[in-house]
Amino acid sequence: MSEDLKILDEVTNSEYKWGFVSNIESDNAPKGLSEDIVRFISAKKNEPEWLLEYRLKAYRHWLTLTEPTWPNVTYPKIDFQDIIYYSAPKAKPTLNSLDELDPEIKSTFDKLGISLEEQKRLANVAVDAVIDSVSVKTTFRESLGELGIIFSSFSEAVQEHPELVKKYLGSVVPYTDNFYASLNAAVFSDGSFCYIPKGVRCPMELSTYFRINSAGTGQFERTLIVADEGAYVSYLEGCTAPMRDENQLHAAVVEIVSHEEATVKYSTVQNWYPGDKDGKGGIFNFVTKRGICLGNKSKISWTQVETGSAVTWKYPSVILKGDNSVGEFYSVAVTNNMQQADTGTKMIHLGKNTSSTIISKGISGGRSQNSYRGLVKIAKGAVNARNFSQCDSLLLGDQCGAHTFPYLEVNNKSSKVEHEATTSKVGEDQIFYCNQRGISTEDAVGLIVNGYCKEVFNQLPMEFAVEAQKLLAISLEGSVG
Amino acid sequence: MLSIKDLVASVEEKQILKGLNFEVKPGEVHAIMGPNGSGKSTLASVLAGREEYEVNSGSVTFNGEDLLEMSPEDRARAGIFLAFQYPVEIPGVSNANFLKTAVNEVRKSKGLEPLDSKQFLKVMQEKMKLVEMDKTMTQRSVNEGFSGGEKKRNEIFQMAMLEPSLAILDETDSGLDIDALRIVSNGVNALRDGKRSFIVITHYQRLLDYIVPDHVHVLYKGRIVKSGPKELALELEEKGYDWIKEEVDSSVNA
Ligand SMILES: Nc1ncnc2c1ncn2[C@@H]1O[C@H](COP(=O)(O)OP(=O)(O)OP(=O)(O)O)[C@@H](O)[C@H]1O
Ligand SMILES: [Mg+2]
Repeated sequence: MSEDLKILDEVTNSEYKWGFVSNIESDNAPKGLSEDIVRFISAKKNEPEWLLEYRLKAYRHWLTLTEPTWPNVTYPKIDFQDIIYYSAPKAKPTLNSLDELDPEIKSTFDKLGISLEEQKRLANVAVDAVIDSVSVKTTFRESLGELGIIFSSFSEAVQEHPELVKKYLGSVVPYTDNFYASLNAAVFSDGSFCYIPKGVRCPMELSTYFRINSAGTGQFERTLIVADEGAYVSYLEGCTAPMRDENQLHAAVVEIVSHEEATVKYSTVQNWYPGDKDGKGGIFNFVTKRGICLGNKSKISWTQVETGSAVTWKYPSVILKGDNSVGEFYSVAVTNNMQQADTGTKMIHLGKNTSSTIISKGISGGRSQNSYRGLVKIAKGAVNARNFSQCDSLLLGDQCGAHTFPYLEVNNKSSKVEHEATTSKVGEDQIFYCNQRGISTEDAVGLIVNGYCKEVFNQLPMEFAVEAQKLLAISLEGSVG
Repeated sequence: MLSIKDLVASVEEKQILKGLNFEVKPGEVHAIMGPNGSGKSTLASVLAGREEYEVNSGSVTFNGEDLLEMSPEDRARAGIFLAFQYPVEIPGVSNANFLKTAVNEVRKSKGLEPLDSKQFLKVMQEKMKLVEMDKTMTQRSVNEGFSGGEKKRNEIFQMAMLEPSLAILDETDSGLDIDALRIVSNGVNALRDGKRSFIVITHYQRLLDYIVPDHVHVLYKGRIVKSGPKELALELEEKGYDWIKEEVDSSVNA
């Protein structure tokens, strides 16, 4: 809590401070998308035949699809032939120690405030840093290895554990799922892979940092997390992106598998460049995140704090297949200026006594549009299923919009679904009360909004909660007139 | 320290304060009484700088500075504290966090280093004793779910934390039980140090048995229509406001 003030001080009047471009030589594919590009990517990564086949099937399927238009967002049409689908830093990805890291990359990390040495020494966190498409360095791998935990870049996992990748890849988000998931399956560059073996409780938070680095480079991460029976893991994903003038596409896929009595907690703080005040530039973030509670008493919990991107389209979902399984979704989505977000979750109840909780806090300022879209589906066999949804919208000013689209499908009588929704404005009374105690209006808004989001922040690991509060304050600058 | 001259102020086009004059010297305690709707809270809001209240004419100087030119937060940092008649709830923000932010803002404006958590905690524990506040209150969200009396006590606790030079208490006594009234009054009296001034807005003489004022004023129809020593409060208690109203209204009609 002592952090709050420091954070508010730090962020007052700061421009998007992580908007810089580093000079890492790229090894790019030519622009555009074709079967040849898919083959190029696969060859670059030295992939086995089955994976190339998977990519090609996905590519051919993608050709038959058209972009979805149902989200409550508008953006210029994306020219998929004007995107570079592969770029890699030239530095050798296999390093024995941090000293071997490309100095440019290292200073990039320093600017981001994620000096690996510091992290390695102080925090109990293993960082798998991804710059552009290739994983540069993975730490703590050995100590995790002793427990049988696999935590590596996706590409490495393909080489070292092909049987696991083959078994689970596309098992939660098939390549036919949707337009962007299909595209991702064809051209995914890299990402993280994580496997926790039976009965193992991962002793540290696993964490990745993603950055978009080369101009015009689409980013297509692929993340796969598998918790075997009785395992536990808390996984963090955070990202910041350099300031850019042209729109950049980001279409990631995250798949989570939770076996019997396993728990996966997935937390994100997302801060892609949102564009300037007039909506110029900024990242298009079209993400498919889904987990499956495969076994009985398994659990998947999503926590997300979304402050960035020009356009966000994202619905972390849980399929509750195992009996007594639990799905959770805690979300804070902030939009300011011209940002648009259409985000929410889907809870698909299949097993008996399954339960899900949805807590969504949407905050909109400027002329932004913020939509919550949530589906709770309870199948016939999901006897005694429970869902509780709380969707709150907070408006800062009167030019922004907040929208809630709840969809409920309940197919049996023993289930219970509760939905609560509120819309409120940051009160003049609250701001004046803070002013009267010596707190400026900007800091007051930061304080009030952080209070509003507390339920969600409480779900985040400590250091992430601090970062989330910072991001919130940054992204709300100038939101109240 | 505070000098109000011919103050005319309105809210939503409606004139509430109609040429108010008022002087507070360091260390003084002034009680303001007056019928409902006479403009007492409006005066407090104007002094604290609430935006909806428009000053049409007149002047307010505070320690030689033009108070009306200052933003609400600068007034607070300069030492003006308002204990609200209706304290505001801020869900999710703990009392401790709120106060730490406030205290350090005030310190910053004075060129002082911010208090770290440990120092802050120490000060907080001290001041909590002053108003016999329950430990759990500081971890609860600001005023959320507080009872009426707890909110009022919390205002005085905040005052003790912020150590203002001029505190305006707007009906802090209403809603307090007999014990709480004594506790809160003791808290206020403990902060009387010969330099700090108070404006105490109240309807009840009872409070003034505990917090003994140097002057008592009656606010009616946007003006101070009567001032006197502490005994005036007793007279009001006994006779009500009618005799004053009559005095004022007949002189206006004449
Ligand atoms: N925001 C506002 N909008 C409209 N009218 C207002 C507003 N604030 C105050 N008033 C009006 O101004 C007049 C004075 O109100 P004020 O709150 O100052 O009275 P008061 O003396 O504090 O009364 P009480 O003893 O009941 O607290 C009242 O008629 C009230 O209705
Ligand atoms: Mg009043």
